[in-house]
Amino acid sequence: MKNSLRKFSRGTGLSAAVLGVSALVLSGCGAPPAEDSSGGGASAEAGSDYLGCIVSDSGGFDDRSFNQSSYEGLKKAETDLGIEINQAESQAETDFGPNVDQMVQAGCNLTVTVGFLLADTTKAAAETNTDANFAIVDDNSIDLPNVKPIIYDTAQAAFLAGYTAAATSETGKVATYGGINIPTVTIFMDGFAEGVAYFNEETGGDVQLLGWDKESQNGTFVGNFEDAAAGKTNTQNFINEGADIIMPVAGPVGSGTLDAVIEANAAGKDVKAIWVDSDGYETAGKGEEFILTSVMKLMGDAVEDVIRTDVEGNFDNTPYVGTLENGGVALAPFHDQEANVPADLQTKLDELKEQIISGEITVDSAASPE
Amino acid sequence: MTPQDDRPVSPATGDGAPHTRRQAKDAARQDEVRLENAVETADGELPPPAVPATAAGLGAGPAPDAPLLHRIMTGNALVAFLSVVLSLILGGLLIAVTDQNVARASSYFFSRPQDTLGAAWTAASGAYLALFQGSVINFEGDSFTRIIYPLTQTLTVATPLICAGLGVALAFRAGLFNIGAQGQILIGATFAGWIGFTLHLPAGIHLLLVILAGMVGGAVWAGLVGLLKARTGAHEVILTIMFNYIATNLVLYFLSTPAFQRPGSTNPISPQLDATALYPPLLGPAFRLHWGFVVAVLATVFVWWLLNRSTVGFELRAVGANASAARTAGVNVSKGYILAMAIAGALAGLAGVAQVSGTEKVLTSGVAASFGFDAITVALLGRSSPWGTFAAGILFGAFRAGGVAMQASTGTSIDIVLVVQSLIVLFIAAPPLVRALFRLPSPGAPRAGKGGSTTRTPASTGAAA
Repeated sequence: MKNSLRKFSRGTGLSAAVLGVSALVLSGCGAPPAEDSSGGGASAEAGSDYLGCIVSDSGGFDDRSFNQSSYEGLKKAETDLGIEINQAESQAETDFGPNVDQMVQAGCNLTVTVGFLLADTTKAAAETNTDANFAIVDDNSIDLPNVKPIIYDTAQAAFLAGYTAAATSETGKVATYGGINIPTVTIFMDGFAEGVAYFNEETGGDVQLLGWDKESQNGTFVGNFEDAAAGKTNTQNFINEGADIIMPVAGPVGSGTLDAVIEANAAGKDVKAIWVDSDGYETAGKGEEFILTSVMKLMGDAVEDVIRTDVEGNFDNTPYVGTLENGGVALAPFHDQEANVPADLQTKLDELKEQIISGEITVDSAASPE
Repeated sequence: MTPQDDRPVSPATGDGAPHTRRQAKDAARQDEVRLENAVETADGELPPPAVPATAAGLGAGPAPDAPLLHRIMTGNALVAFLSVVLSLILGGLLIAVTDQNVARASSYFFSRPQDTLGAAWTAASGAYLALFQGSVINFEGDSFTRIIYPLTQTLTVATPLICAGLGVALAFRAGLFNIGAQGQILIGATFAGWIGFTLHLPAGIHLLLVILAGMVGGAVWAGLVGLLKARTGAHEVILTIMFNYIATNLVLYFLSTPAFQRPGSTNPISPQLDATALYPPLLGPAFRLHWGFVVAVLATVFVWWLLNRSTVGFELRAVGANASAARTAGVNVSKGYILAMAIAGALAGLAGVAQVSGTEKVLTSGVAASFGFDAITVALLGRSSPWGTFAAGILFGAFRAGGVAMQASTGTSIDIVLVVQSLIVLFIAAPPLVRALFRLPSPGAPRAGKGGSTTRTPASTGAAA
């Protein structure tokens, strides 16, 4: 028995190895490209000597969140406008200075920096290099002629999400939690809370929000944007307390929430999630059928817009504020959850959107851009 | 640090006693090394410890009276150097394999192999050239400033690595695994940063106070670990790792309080430190190099003096070599543990000061980056000797600084640098592997005749990968 088992494992090991090696060898048997197809066909469009660059913060370009969206905006500008691009991924905050410096040295016409942690570095670089332009995402503290802040009034879209959650919740409890207690996170949670409160006010309902208290500006936070397991635990706790819609505002940590939601649905409960920053149905990678909607910050479009205006020579330093009106923030479509959102709720949401745009409803948040 | 200035005692009269001060010093050094080796290995009974508690560690090292070539070939410095070379070779292979051009060209490998090989060579050499240009000399720079900028960048990044590495190395020499350098850097940076942006003092005093605060912060954080180990016997690895978590979350908490935030903002980023609290630039405002580097050099000299010339250092080394023997010899081992950890923490705190007063100029939760953990690899590569740690710190600083340029100019992922660093640690931890790969003689091997050439095959540094 021992011998045959050994033969079995050796046999499978050997055949697996042979398979692998032959696959590798066969992959080299393609036809070479024609000799004259050397890389001369550069896109000779107007913007081809323009260099657009991006420096990420420590989340990296694969964070499924704002670094990724901004990077995709840059790539879209590359294909649409025919410009050259360059990127630098920061692994830690100590890389910010060197990365921005490298981009400037490489001759970037516009350098996009992502996140408020890069504000000091961007300011210093902008002051020393007055002929290069900069754009910073999610920060409005710099006031220099060659720096354009790109900020979002996310509370507006989060308001709509809060209203939707309150209206569709069957248990009367919804929840949210954040990565770190910083303004770019709490703005989502404030807007969400306002939406729930507005629903209660209008319909006399009593939907509770767990995980965030707008008055005291305190709530549940994971402490970082990496620990997905902690996100899963938080979500499971919320589900145990009766919440059936959870909005994680923690970048990649939200994948832990999706895990918990998938498990809860498998166990028979009806739990949904609301994604943030991008349309979770497209980007989250799992559990899409349980994502009710998403609070989107359309960073890709904003970055592409800013690059386009710079290529055309119309760069200015007035902050770009993403709102419901200009489409900078939006509520994502319901996709698979369409059936759970009654038609009159959808009309009501369109109405609310108009009211926010016209100013009839104001969504206040301590973190809102002025 | 194998005694390089040893000469065999050749008595003039033949009665064996040394006749000059130099000879006496040499004899004393030889005896010390033999004693260290003997104590560590119980006169050859026990295998040498995995962590180099003495600089001769990682194996007994060559006999002090062997000829120079044999000492070099069997020495541990060569192993360290070859580990770096091997890791670079493997890193280059990885760069070549993951390059897009190589992947494209390999689809028609059999019809035109020179494309694949050419692309592979271009990828690897281009990446390493960019690494070199980003860390040593940028010969494409358009001004002298730009040409030597990479070298200053390397030294700037090396400063916290050297300081923290010294902290870890010192603790290693006392037999303690200081995995807590990260937490010590953070707490040191917090103390230093708070003094820097809260108090407003005149130029010299402010900086001095900031440095002191950083050292005190690190010393307290590590001293607690030493105290716990001395009093309760808890293992310092667990303690230091847990203290790292505590430190990280403490800093996050502090940064959420108004005392540590910028007025008018709730972002977890501190106000900028006063100009009087910053290290002045060493070579002028065009470079990022600051006086913290000089402080790092002074720290290295201090640690060298402490370990090799002071009684305190001798006691620490004794504790590290064999705590029971030291206790029997009358050394207060508990005090040794506390002192070793406290000084190690103070050195890590210096790294925190370098970060907060030298390069970052603000306090954020990521101010320590991964320096605490890189410091462990720096100390390992430097084999716990002060100047070895200094050199290893410069090397890792070069990798970090060059990695940024490599990523920007060739698009190679900066993770490759991390892979190379990890491979270095892998090979350092397995000297017999490196020795076998390069066919080096092992140190304990018998040689034909005293003072004659070795009978082993001399090492050839041929390609081994």
